[in-house]
Amino acid sequence: MTEFVKPSVEYAELWPLFLVFGLACLGVVVEAFAPRAARYPAQVLLTLGGLLAALVGVVLVARDITVHAEGAARGIIAMGGTLAVDGPALFIWGLVLALALMGTLLFAERQLDGGVTAFAGQAAAVPGTDAETRALAANREHTEVYPLMLFSVFGMMIFASANDLLTMFVGLEVLSLPLYLLSGLARRRRLLSQEAALKYFLLGAFSSGFFLYGVAMVYGFAGSMQFAEINEAIRNSVGNRVLLVVGIGLLAVGLLFKVGAAPFQAWTPDVYQGAPTPVTAFMSAATKVAAFGAILRIFYVAFGADRWSWQPMLWIIAILSMFVGAALAITQTDMKRLLAYSSVAHTGFILTGVLGVQAAGDLAAGEVTSTQAVLFYLATYGFMTLAAFALVSLVRDAGGEVSTISRWAGLGKESPMVAGAFAFLLLAMAGIPLTSGFVGKLAVFSVALAAGAWPVVVAAVVASIVAAFLYVRVIKVMYFDEPVGDGPTVVYPSVLTATAIAVGVAATLVLGVLPGPLLDLAGVAGGFIR
Amino acid sequence: MTEYVVLSAILFTIGCVGVLTRRNAIVVFMCVELMLNACNLALVAFARQHGNLDGQVAAFFVMVVAAAEVVIGLAIIMTIFRTRRSASVDDASLLKY
Repeated sequence: MTEFVKPSVEYAELWPLFLVFGLACLGVVVEAFAPRAARYPAQVLLTLGGLLAALVGVVLVARDITVHAEGAARGIIAMGGTLAVDGPALFIWGLVLALALMGTLLFAERQLDGGVTAFAGQAAAVPGTDAETRALAANREHTEVYPLMLFSVFGMMIFASANDLLTMFVGLEVLSLPLYLLSGLARRRRLLSQEAALKYFLLGAFSSGFFLYGVAMVYGFAGSMQFAEINEAIRNSVGNRVLLVVGIGLLAVGLLFKVGAAPFQAWTPDVYQGAPTPVTAFMSAATKVAAFGAILRIFYVAFGADRWSWQPMLWIIAILSMFVGAALAITQTDMKRLLAYSSVAHTGFILTGVLGVQAAGDLAAGEVTSTQAVLFYLATYGFMTLAAFALVSLVRDAGGEVSTISRWAGLGKESPMVAGAFAFLLLAMAGIPLTSGFVGKLAVFSVALAAGAWPVVVAAVVASIVAAFLYVRVIKVMYFDEPVGDGPTVVYPSVLTATAIAVGVAATLVLGVLPGPLLDLAGVAGGFIR
Repeated sequence: MTEYVVLSAILFTIGCVGVLTRRNAIVVFMCVELMLNACNLALVAFARQHGNLDGQVAAFFVMVVAAAEVVIGLAIIMTIFRTRRSASVDDASLLKY
C-alpha cells in the first residue's frame, strides 16, 4: 500500500476554475440571504462579472503557461496528477466560459415574456393550482438558475481537463446534475419541461452507470486511474486485454451519450424541445464543447496507444450520427427538435475530426492536426447553435414560443432581421462557403482524409448534402410560403438577447471569412500533455 | 478475486435490464443505483487485486455522487408525480416525434 501524499495545488494556473466554483457557492448564499427583489440584479451581475473575470483569467494563464517537460506541448499537470492544464484544456475553458457568458445573457432576458424570465415562478407548485397562480401573479422567478449554471460550468471545466478517470467521472456528474434541474424549470409548458427533465435524468444516470463500469474495467486492466499510466500499461501490454476493450467500449457509451451521438441520441430532441429555450441554447453548445474535450483527451492520452481497437467503433458511430441526424431532422415539424437532430449530425462531423491524424510530427507544414480541427469546429458549432436557439425564443404568440415550423411561414416578410439572421445560421450549419460552418467542415474532413478515413469523409459529404436540403427547406418556409392567418409575431428582445445573437452571428461570419487567427490559436494550443 | 468481478457483472446486468424493462420511475432509478453499486464492488475488488487504494477511494467518491444524484432524481420524480399523480415512465409521453 502506498502512503498518502498531500497534493500540491497550483493556484496560479487553476484560479479561473476555483473562481467559477466560488461564484456558484456565493450565488447560493445570495439566494439564501438577499431579499427577493435584490436577487435578480445581484445574481446576474455576479454571474456576468465572475464569468468575465474567469475568461480573462484563462487568457492570462494561457499566456504564461510553461512548456511541458518533453515535446512542443505546453501545460502543467496539477492537483497531484488529477487535472491537466494544457493548451486544449485552456482553449475549451475559454470557449465554455464565452458560451456561458452568452447563456447568462439569455437566462437574464425579461422582455420577451412580459417582464419575467423564462424560468418557472415556483417550480415546486403543481401546474394549474392556486399556488402557481399566486406565484405567477407576484411575478416570481427562480434566480437559482444562475448558481446552477455556474456549477455546471465548473463541472464542464473539470470534465475537459480531467487527467484521471475518477476526476472525469466527478466532472461528468457535476456538469450533468444542474442541467437535469435546469431542464425542468420552464415557465410555460411545464409538463413538457418536467418530462424533459425526467427523461434527461433517467437516461443520463443510466449512461453514467455505463461510464463508471468502464472506469472500473480500465482500472482493473491498468491498476491505475491516471491517463499516463493507463497509456503505459497499454504500451507494455500488461494486464487483461478483455478488461481494456470492454472498458473502452463502456466509457465510450457514457461519453457519446453526453455529446448525443447516434445510437445514444434518443434523449436529445426531447430534452432540447422540453427544456426552457435559454437552457437548451446553453446546454447544446457548452456541453458538447466540454464533452468533446473529454473525448479527445481520453482517446488520445489514455487510449492513444490502442487506437486500432477504438477507431473502427468511432468510424461507425460517426457515420451513423451523421445519417440519423440528417435523416430524422427532415421529418421534424418542430424547430427545436429539428435543431436537436441537426446537432446530432454535427456530432458525427466532429467525430470525423476525432478520427484524424493526431501528432503534428506526422504532418506537412501548414496542415492542421485533428485536435486543432476539432477545437475549431467546436468553436464554430457553439456560437451558431447558441445564436440559433436564441432566435427561436423570439418567435412567439400569446401562448409563448412558437416552434412549429409550418407557423414560421412568411417570417421573412414579418421580420426580415430575424429571418435573415436565422437563415444565415442555417446556411452556416449546412456548411456554405463564407460561413464558419464551411471552414469547420473543411478542417475536419481534411484531417480525417489525411488519416486515411476516406469512407467516413465520403459518408460525411453525402450527409452534408442531405442536411443542406433540410436547412434550405426551412429557409423556403420562412421566405416563400404564404403566412398562415394566426402567424406568430417576433418580439423584440432587450439588449441582453440581442447581444448574444449579435455575437453568435458575428462569430459565424468572422470565422467564415477570416478563420486564420482562431485556427492558429487552436494550433498554438498544441497537443495534450501526459 | 474473479468471483467478485463476476458478481459485480451480474449485478450490473440486473440493474441494466431493470432500467430497460421496469415502468415505475422510482424502480428504474433504484436499478441505476444498483448499477453504480456493482461498479463499486468491481472497483474495490480490483483495488485489492492491484494492491493500491485508488479503487477504494473511487468507491467513496461514487457513493457521494450517487447521494447527490438521489437528491436531484427524487426531486424531479416528485414534481412529475405531483403533477400527474403517476410515476410511470410510460405516462410521460408528451414529447415525441
